[in-house]
Order: sequence, then C-alpha cells, then structure tokens
Amino acid sequence: MIPWPVKYRFFTPGVIILIIIALNGLAFLAVRFFSGLGAVTNLDNNTPWGLWIGVDVAAGVALAAGGFTSAALGHIMHREHYHAIVRPALLTAMLGYTFVAFAVCVDIGRFYYIWHPLIMWNGNSALFEVGICVMIYMTVLYIEFLPIVTERFMGRVDLPEFLSFLNKPIDKVLRYLDSRLKLTMFVFIIAGVVLSTLHQSSLGTLMVIAGQKMHPLWQTPVLPLLFLLSAIAVGFPMIIFESLIASRSFKIKPEMKILSRLGAMVAPIVGIYLAVKIGDIFIRETFKYILIFDATAWMFIAEMSLFIIAFILFLSKKITNSPLGLFSASLLVIAGVMLNRVNNFIVAYKPFFNPSAYFPSFGEISVTLGCIALLVLVYRTVVMIFPVITQERKDLVKKIIEIENSRAGSFK
Amino acid sequence: MKNLNRRDFFKTAALGATIATLGASSVKGAEKILSENRIGILVDTDVCVGCRHCEWACRTAHNLPTPDLETYSDNSVFIEYRRPDATALTVVNEFENDNNSLLPIHVKTQCMHCERPACVSACIVGALTKGEDGSVIWDTNKCIGCRYCMVACQFQIPTYDYDRSIDPQIRKCDLCHDRRTSGKLPACVEICPNEALLFGKRSEVLRVAKNRIKRKSDVYIDHIYGEQEIGGTSWMYIAGKNFEKLKLPPLGNSPAPGISESIQHGIFAYFVPPVTLYALLGTMMWLTKRRNKDNDDNENVDVKKDGKGEKS
Repeated sequence: MIPWPVKYRFFTPGVIILIIIALNGLAFLAVRFFSGLGAVTNLDNNTPWGLWIGVDVAAGVALAAGGFTSAALGHIMHREHYHAIVRPALLTAMLGYTFVAFAVCVDIGRFYYIWHPLIMWNGNSALFEVGICVMIYMTVLYIEFLPIVTERFMGRVDLPEFLSFLNKPIDKVLRYLDSRLKLTMFVFIIAGVVLSTLHQSSLGTLMVIAGQKMHPLWQTPVLPLLFLLSAIAVGFPMIIFESLIASRSFKIKPEMKILSRLGAMVAPIVGIYLAVKIGDIFIRETFKYILIFDATAWMFIAEMSLFIIAFILFLSKKITNSPLGLFSASLLVIAGVMLNRVNNFIVAYKPFFNPSAYFPSFGEISVTLGCIALLVLVYRTVVMIFPVITQERKDLVKKIIEIENSRAGSFK
Repeated sequence: MKNLNRRDFFKTAALGATIATLGASSVKGAEKILSENRIGILVDTDVCVGCRHCEWACRTAHNLPTPDLETYSDNSVFIEYRRPDATALTVVNEFENDNNSLLPIHVKTQCMHCERPACVSACIVGALTKGEDGSVIWDTNKCIGCRYCMVACQFQIPTYDYDRSIDPQIRKCDLCHDRRTSGKLPACVEICPNEALLFGKRSEVLRVAKNRIKRKSDVYIDHIYGEQEIGGTSWMYIAGKNFEKLKLPPLGNSPAPGISESIQHGIFAYFVPPVTLYALLGTMMWLTKRRNKDNDDNENVDVKKDGKGEKS
C-alpha cells in the first residue's frame, strides 16, 4: 500500500460532461467581469450576499475541513494507520481553499484589491479574521503539499532538451526543500489546525452582526461554536465520500478498513453538534418558530433531519462497514452542512426592507457549478501526476501493464 | 532530532508572542472617543411637507445625475415606497396620517450615522470610519467591494453599484463631509424650506426634540427615534405615528456590533487562545510521536525501500 500517481485514462464521458459544465460557468464569469455583478446575479441592495458567498465560500470552507481534521488525527495524534487518507484530504483542502479564494475574487466588487486586508487591518471585523486566516492557511496547505512534489520529482527531473540544463539545479532545490521541510513540517501542521479552528468558527461570527436581519432560528451567539463543530463533523464524511468516489472512478479497491474506522468516529461528533444545536434552540426558546411551519421553518426541519438521519445511520456498524451505507450516510452529513451554510447565509437572511425574496439566477448557479466541475477536473489531474492516492502495489503493476498493452495494441 | 524540534518550537512561540503584541495594539486603536460636540440632526416629520428639495440638493452636492428641481414637485413618486440606491443617497417617502388624512406624513431616509456603527465594525479593511464629529465616512481607496457593510447595517443603508465592473462604489450619506470642511451646512439641511431638518450639536438637538414633544404632546408620540436605538444615532426623528408604521425598523437599544465584537475579541483576547491551542497541539504531537516512534521509523524505512523498487 503506497501513494502513487493514478494510472487511468483522463477522458471519460463523465469528464467531458464536467468540462462542458465548467465552460458554461466560465462564460458567465466573463460576463460578470466585463459588466459587473448585476449583469449575472440576482443580488441587490437588500440582499448583498447570495449563492456565491453561501455555497462557494461558506460551504466550500466547511467541506474542505477534512484537511485539518485528518491532519490532527494522522499527524498530531499520530494515528499512523490513517496516513492513507491524509494526502487525499490535504489535496482536497488545498484545492478547496483555492476555489474559495477564487470565489471571493469573483464575488467582491473590486477583485483587484483582494490583497488590501493584508495591510489594512480591522481587528473588530470577523470578515477580516476569516480573510487573513484563509490566506495564511492556504499558504500553509501549499507548503504541506510540497513534500509530495519533491517525492515525485526528486531524482526524476527530466525537462525537454532545450531546458535540460535546468535539470540539475531544480533537483538540488527539490532536495534542499525536502530536507528543510522534513525538519519544520510540524510547525506548519500545527499552524494549519489552529488556523482552521479559528476561521471555521469566525465564519459563524460573520452573520452575528446581521442582528435582527437574521431569522431567530439561526441567529445565536453560539454560531461560531456551531460552525466549528459542524465543520469538524463534515471532515471525515467528506474524506469518505471522496475516497469512495475516487476508488470507483479509477477502479481502485476502496480502503474500507480505514474508512469504516473513520466512519465510526462520525456519530459522536455529529452527536455533539446536534446536542449544542438543539440545546441552543431550547435555551433561546426559538422552537416556536419551527411550529409556524412556513417555508423557512421547513428549511430548518430539512437541515436538522439530514443531520439526525446521518447520526442514526453512523451509529450502526452494519452501515459503516458497507461501502454503500458509508457513502450514503456521509452524503447526508455533507448535504446537511451545505444546507446549513445556505440557510445561515441566504435563507435566514430576512432584511426588514425586502420587496423581493432572493433566489439565485441561472448565471450564479452556472458559475458555482462550473467552479465545482473545474475543481474536480484539477483534482483528477493532480492525482494522476502526484502520489496522492494510496493503492495496492500489485493492482498498480497490473494497471501499468494493461495500459502498455493497450498502447501497443493501438499501434497495430 | 528531539532537541532540534524543541528549539524550533521555542522559535515559533517567540514569533507568536510578537504577533500577539502587534495584534493587541491594532485592536486598541479601533476604540474611538466621540466628541462632546458631535453632530445631531433632527427630522421633524410633522414639519416636513415632502417637497423633496433635499433629494435634489443631495444629488447635486454629490455629483449624481438629477432631473431639474421643478420635476421634484411631482407627487406620483410617493405611490411606491422607495429606498436609497446608487443614484440617490436620500429619499423621502409618504405615509398616511391617521389624525388628518389631508396632511400625510413624510419621512426622509438616509444613513443614520450610528453612534456605534455596525458597518465600521464589520468592514474588512476599515474603509468605513467613525469620525470624532459623529459622521461615518467611506473611503474609496480602501474598499474591496465585499458588501459586508450592507449585511451588517441594521437600516440597510449602504448601496452598491451592481452595474459597474471596475471601481463599483458603496454609496451612502456622508453628512456632506466636503461641504462641512469648507464651513457649509449639509446640502439637505441648507435647502430645506420649512426647517424640518435641525442641524446642531447632538445634545442640543435632543433637548429641542424633547421640548417639542412636551409642547405639542397631542401631535407627537413620546419617543425620539434614534436617541437610544442601537446605541443611538446622529439622525433622529420625531413623529405623530408609531415609527414602525413609518418604516423605521424596530431595533433594540444595544449597539449593533456589540455581540459580534465581544465574540471576536473573546476568541482572540490578545492572541492568548490561539497561541495556547498551538502549544497544546504541539505538546500532544510531541507526546504521541514519542509513543509511536518505533512504529514510525519501521514504516518509513519500509516505504522508502519499496518506493525505490517501483522505479524503473
């Protein structure tokens, strides 16, 4: 069992569909950058934040939480048998945060001033803290990924003829990086976990300042805690979900032994989240808003049901031991957290002057889907180049031989 | 190896301490003390006749496109409730008068210039600032267009240029900052033909408002909107009708950024919690590493050997 670049053909029907979705998103993006936010989005002065903040940024950050939960488990608690999932989770986090940063650039009006928070500080602003933490954490993630790059190319730098004189110097740089990183990596790993807990919670603080504009079912001073707990809760399900999809897509045997053990840890975490969430509703006596059964209440019920069903499923050994059971239960947690972020940032936002309720435009949805498609495509590319996904050695050899044979066959 | 780890760790801790002191000083700077003489403006909705000259004057003063002043006498705009937008920093709306249906109530809307503004607390780059004189001013050179101020503002005042892709503006009343620096009154106050807008020291304006309510207790309800609302505002209103029916949102008296800021400072509290967490995780990492050291070494050797074997 070693991490190794995946050997598989890149283009499949699924990949082509993803490319089409990505291109559609890029077309709308072009309009946004040429004609302003109003041309593509349904945002207005009453609803300044919409789908791009709710899903691309808030849900994106939450779903990338697998990076820090797995780092905490694998590196800080040194549970070695989980090492197989650390790299895929790291890659997801790295690409996820890149996607979030990109989404922020798309959403903010003056994207060319994205660097302003680096030198213009406002310590009172939750958004400032989120921004700074995300920027630093993204850098940390790229540093954490570097050893995978050095491992792949050390002693194997082979540039085309006219650049071949660079082979040696690059190799030297890689070796230097590798030796330095080995000694200092722990600094970055711990920093990554600290930064994550900070900004995952501050993302919850963001909406606290909206005050009465937030529906009481979601507006609570414990929002930061709820955001942190739900981010931790979605970390492992996200890893399981991805790992199972990758295995299926690349025809690799799923790592059920590790995934089941991860799955067994999900129920307690989701349980803690649910306890705090339900406790909060009863302490602030906001459950009366559920009993109104209006559209907003139903969104809340849907969100809670996803978590509760997932919690019950994860309690069962039978579920966590079967790939399908594990997959469905994980999907429920992911859907629950996504809906939670959408509810917090979009559904719960009820401005006093609100002539028309917000619903995302076709352009907004296209851009969001396009970005996700692009993310999946980049992920696929990276795991084919770098040793990220752990595979059985004999399967790997078999696959390489298969590919060689088919290539030889096509020449006949 | 162990020693080296420890030494690096102390270096990191020292760095953390430096960042902590930097952070602490930046937080302190954010608390500003308002001047005793800060501005207050009273809108007396009983005096306002809805001529909308203030809208024209405001547009003119801020170089926004405007039709001629004569067209503002057209009362048909009152049919629909209007809000400030990218083309108007202030608008006047008409409401029914329960006491006398022939004399409708007119309410001017603009930035309230809160005493404890949520937008200033929220702004990621500090582009919005609260001046000593009470005015809340937006700085185009800092703003990144994130629109968090709009999310934060309880009065839903800041507006955004949704149709511009380069340099979209956040627009709101700036209490005519430029005019005041050259000794003039805000444009709306200056033009108001009925003196429905009373401009002065906030404490003085409040005293006048209380007097008016006392003298004409049959006309006004006993409430100055903005005296206490979300910690007080620079613009204040008196009226003969419940303010909620005049579309002035019912807000509590605690400052808007209060809870958010205390959470934020609680999490950071001079960077003690993050640094503590860092130290805690570091200790945990070091302890579990020692426990697993033998396992770890064996595994590493294993992988390396096999990795070489795979190369060809």
